[in-house]
Amino acid sequence: MQNRTLIQGNVAVGWGALNAGCDGFFGYPITPQNEIPEWFASEFPKRGRVFVQTQSETGAIMMLYGGAAAGFRVMTSTSSPGWGLIQEGMSHLATAELPCVIVLVQRGGPGQGSIRHAQMDYLAVTRTGGGGGYKNIVLAPATVQEIHDMMQLSFHLADKYSNPVILLSDGVLGLVAETLEIRTLQFEPLPEKTWAARGRDRQGDKTRRFIHTYPSGAPPPRSCPNYVSWLGHLGEKYQDIIDNEVRCEEYLCDDAELVVVAYGYPSRVCKEAINTARAEGMRVGLTRPITLWPFPYETLRKKVNHGCRFLVVEDSLGQMIEDVHLAVQGRTSIDFIGLLDRHLPTDGGMILPGRVLQEIRRLA
Amino acid sequence: MTRETQNKVKVTALDRILFMPVPGCPGCQHGTIGRIIAEVLEELELDGTAIEVIGIGCNSGVAMLNVDVVQGSHGGAPDTATAIKRLSPDSFVYTVQGDGDCIAIGAGSFIGALTRGELITIIMCNNANYGTTGGQLAPTTLSGQVTTTTPEGRNPAVSGHPVHVAELAATFKSVAYSARGALTSPAEYRRTKKYVKKAFQKQLDKIGLGYVEILSACPANWHLTPVDSIKWMEEHMIPEFPLGEFKDSDGKRNLPRDKQE
Repeated sequence: MQNRTLIQGNVAVGWGALNAGCDGFFGYPITPQNEIPEWFASEFPKRGRVFVQTQSETGAIMMLYGGAAAGFRVMTSTSSPGWGLIQEGMSHLATAELPCVIVLVQRGGPGQGSIRHAQMDYLAVTRTGGGGGYKNIVLAPATVQEIHDMMQLSFHLADKYSNPVILLSDGVLGLVAETLEIRTLQFEPLPEKTWAARGRDRQGDKTRRFIHTYPSGAPPPRSCPNYVSWLGHLGEKYQDIIDNEVRCEEYLCDDAELVVVAYGYPSRVCKEAINTARAEGMRVGLTRPITLWPFPYETLRKKVNHGCRFLVVEDSLGQMIEDVHLAVQGRTSIDFIGLLDRHLPTDGGMILPGRVLQEIRRLA
Repeated sequence: MTRETQNKVKVTALDRILFMPVPGCPGCQHGTIGRIIAEVLEELELDGTAIEVIGIGCNSGVAMLNVDVVQGSHGGAPDTATAIKRLSPDSFVYTVQGDGDCIAIGAGSFIGALTRGELITIIMCNNANYGTTGGQLAPTTLSGQVTTTTPEGRNPAVSGHPVHVAELAATFKSVAYSARGALTSPAEYRRTKKYVKKAFQKQLDKIGLGYVEILSACPANWHLTPVDSIKWMEEHMIPEFPLGEFKDSDGKRNLPRDKQE
């Protein structure tokens, strides 16, 4: 394998996971992410790593629970209908504080929806779907290279916080082919997973491990005195993530009066529109949230203080716009371009740069 | 007998595995199932490498053994065990599940593991009802049996007939061993223990998945005394759920994964 290669976004998931030291992939076929399990099926067993095609997404997520509980780096991938199926397991993983990575290649919804691209799972992913009010770290790449790199970041953050991490892709990013530099990223060293269930005799302290989702009863090293103190511990962890892991890209924002907010594939559409608008003399920029949870509220709030207005562009009826409203708190105007602004009224329609430019011109 | 009393008598390997008191209802046999597993783990010297995967239900919490334990979702134990065994083949991995956990909510997980022939062992406790939640209809509830959700007795026209999991498991090519035991007498206890040991051995010998179903009493929800519960099992459960081995394979014909070794 050469270091630079032309590769699909879905395939970049695999190379990223391999470079992250992923030990096992467990997944169920669903369009438009089938290239991911197919890549793992062909590349993982020959490297002595584990690939299992599961009987369902429900099964895949509980395999992640087992693999993570035993201290391994594990992942699955799915698309929107499968996202619903894994929610019970997600809640268990978050409760037991088990690290894992879930790649969600969004397609159109609701229900079976369409098998083409969309961004209609934002709220389901950032607000979490299982019971109990846990949190997932959500990373949103916009290029094939970012998919590859963020797979490694995802595994790192999952281990760092002992928490599930979602890589939120979509049907466009998954299927587009771009030049990829395959590389291994370096991260800060992490402590050994002394809590993992590896068999009593393999523990340094020769003491049994008990991984479960009744957290107040956990023996050391993961014990909390009672249920409420455990919830307090979770809350502190989530605040720690909010304080330290917010990531976003700012593009031509310094002097911008109008800031476009977009993530994933539409962010690239917006960049093209912004470049044209800049050439026409309009002071417009892009803020692209890279972490959707934690969301860059503070970044947007500062722009409000500088008098910016916002244009949210997302391929849905409007979901991320709720977070922009939370950041802005009614202090400036927020306009919206969404799925109804696609160039075709079909599941293959897209939000194109011309439509975004038209709106920028209207607002600038 | 308290832990202290046990220690005064003699601390054996078995005592170290059965390290805490069993908090079941009077006459509950989940503790006995735990003891069988503990005895077999001791005899095969597996407790140091064992990872027990438990489901949700009385079976999961009653007999807590001094081995690594992973508890996940209701019904997902075979999936969880699958991943652990695949990633850590040197670990000894088994599940302990109830009938509802295994073949109602966890049917997909169970059948998936059987289909793939995972090198794990599945112990299913069949007490013909949902014990933890107060005695509702289970897939294994007998026809005519009164539960809190079949107040007139299980009517096969409405809720079907009891499911025979040991016989079902035996039909899977990748399953190496399937048996059903009961805890109605010392002789049946010894027979059941033999089944568990053979099922464990199938994993150790990398032959295939082992399954053992154990009929166990639930006097509290059956509204019987412990002694009458044993009689009820002999008179009603065993005629419906025949005891014995349904499959005992040497694995020479159907396990390509192991042949690759």
